[in-house]
Amino acid sequence: MSEPNPVEQYERLLAELQQIVERLERGELSLAEALHLYERGAELAAICQQLLDMAELRVRQIADV
Amino acid sequence: MRAFTVSDLNSALRAHLEDEGLFFDIWLLAEVVEFRRYPSGHCYFTLKDEHASIRAVLWRSKAEQIVALPANGEAVLAHGRIGFYEARGELQFVVDQIVPAGVGLINAQLEHLRARLEAEGLFDERRKRPLPVLPRRIGIVTSLQAAALQDMLTILRRRYPLAEVILSPCLVQGELAPASIVAALRRAYAEPLDVIILARGGGASDDLSAFNDEQVVRTVAASPVPIITGVGHETDTTLVDAVADVRAPTPSAAAELVAPPLADLRQRITELRERAEVALLTGIDAQRSEVARQRLLLQRHHPRRRLDAARQTIDDLMLRLDRAFSRWLQLERTRLHGLHSRLNTLSPQATLARGYAIAQRTDGRVITDSSQVQTGERIALTLRAGIVHATVESTNE
Repeated sequence: MSEPNPVEQYERLLAELQQIVERLERGELSLAEALHLYERGAELAAICQQLLDMAELRVRQIADV
Repeated sequence: MRAFTVSDLNSALRAHLEDEGLFFDIWLLAEVVEFRRYPSGHCYFTLKDEHASIRAVLWRSKAEQIVALPANGEAVLAHGRIGFYEARGELQFVVDQIVPAGVGLINAQLEHLRARLEAEGLFDERRKRPLPVLPRRIGIVTSLQAAALQDMLTILRRRYPLAEVILSPCLVQGELAPASIVAALRRAYAEPLDVIILARGGGASDDLSAFNDEQVVRTVAASPVPIITGVGHETDTTLVDAVADVRAPTPSAAAELVAPPLADLRQRITELRERAEVALLTGIDAQRSEVARQRLLLQRHHPRRRLDAARQTIDDLMLRLDRAFSRWLQLERTRLHGLHSRLNTLSPQATLARGYAIAQRTDGRVITDSSQVQTGERIALTLRAGIVHATVESTNE
């Protein structure tokens, strides 16, 4: 339970990616900021894909019948 | 021995029959006779079999809820309780549900329970919650024996391996199944879950009774998180299906509804990355046009522009100078012409034109006195046109 939940991780990263895209789309950024944000976005997208690639369904049984 | 009044007796009988609760929940298989519906809406009839009969009443409030009222001679399953009509000392069966006997007792009971739960609002659409988009922890309540469990795990593994599955096993058929399902659900409720799948999975038996059990239905209704059912085959609908937030026809369908396909998630990431790219390129384009704009502004302030301006000022001054000078020249010309005219009027030429002549000596001196010349001297006479050369013949004082 204490280990980081991959869905939470995925959701957090995806939310950040989404924010970055929205900021980029809004414009109003300096070129340096835009490039920096883009790099971070690309990185996040890669991590998200990787999370999906690496994920393995975990099954836990909480009682016997 | 004390004597009762009739009222006392009937009152005691009524209390005995009704308050004990012995005859509160009774199903009767019987034939309907002497059915009468009064203008008040209440229905009075007799329920009988080969050997016995009992008076029955169906109050208007219940009668209105019954789809098809029975006809005389019809075999029915009636649900109700025993009531005692004190005013007449008559026993009657107070009916609250009545269905054709062909439906069967189990089905009649089921319909009765369904109607009761529905009246409580347990099946209300407004109670239904949407499934979470990205569930973190998925609870599965089902039998460990059923192939359904493996089917569901396979689907979750393939479509949505990000999730954690919490498996709360139970019996799904037999007498112990309802209690087992209730216990398994309660164990699941104690876990921090985002969604619960309650599944039975086809199986050999067609026994769905556990999923129509009142306790099970009520426990499902009390789920703290959205609950989806996948009970049996597509044609079977249970009360549990009706009370769940989402009903799937099979366990596999339930797993699919719970798990967003991984391909969709990947697609979403790709879309976001593409949007970022487009936004970045758009940003760069904007920077580019900003550069172009600044360059234009810069050009506007180039020193050559000032030089050009200075040059233009000079050209302008030159033009004005030219104009001033020619105007001055014109004025001078006019003045000169005037002077010339006045001069003309004063010149001897005008006098000559009137027929006078100017006499001059050969040395050019004008002769105004006869003493100035001698006989034989040559003189010139200037006329209006031409000059006459003459010789002096004589002179007079």
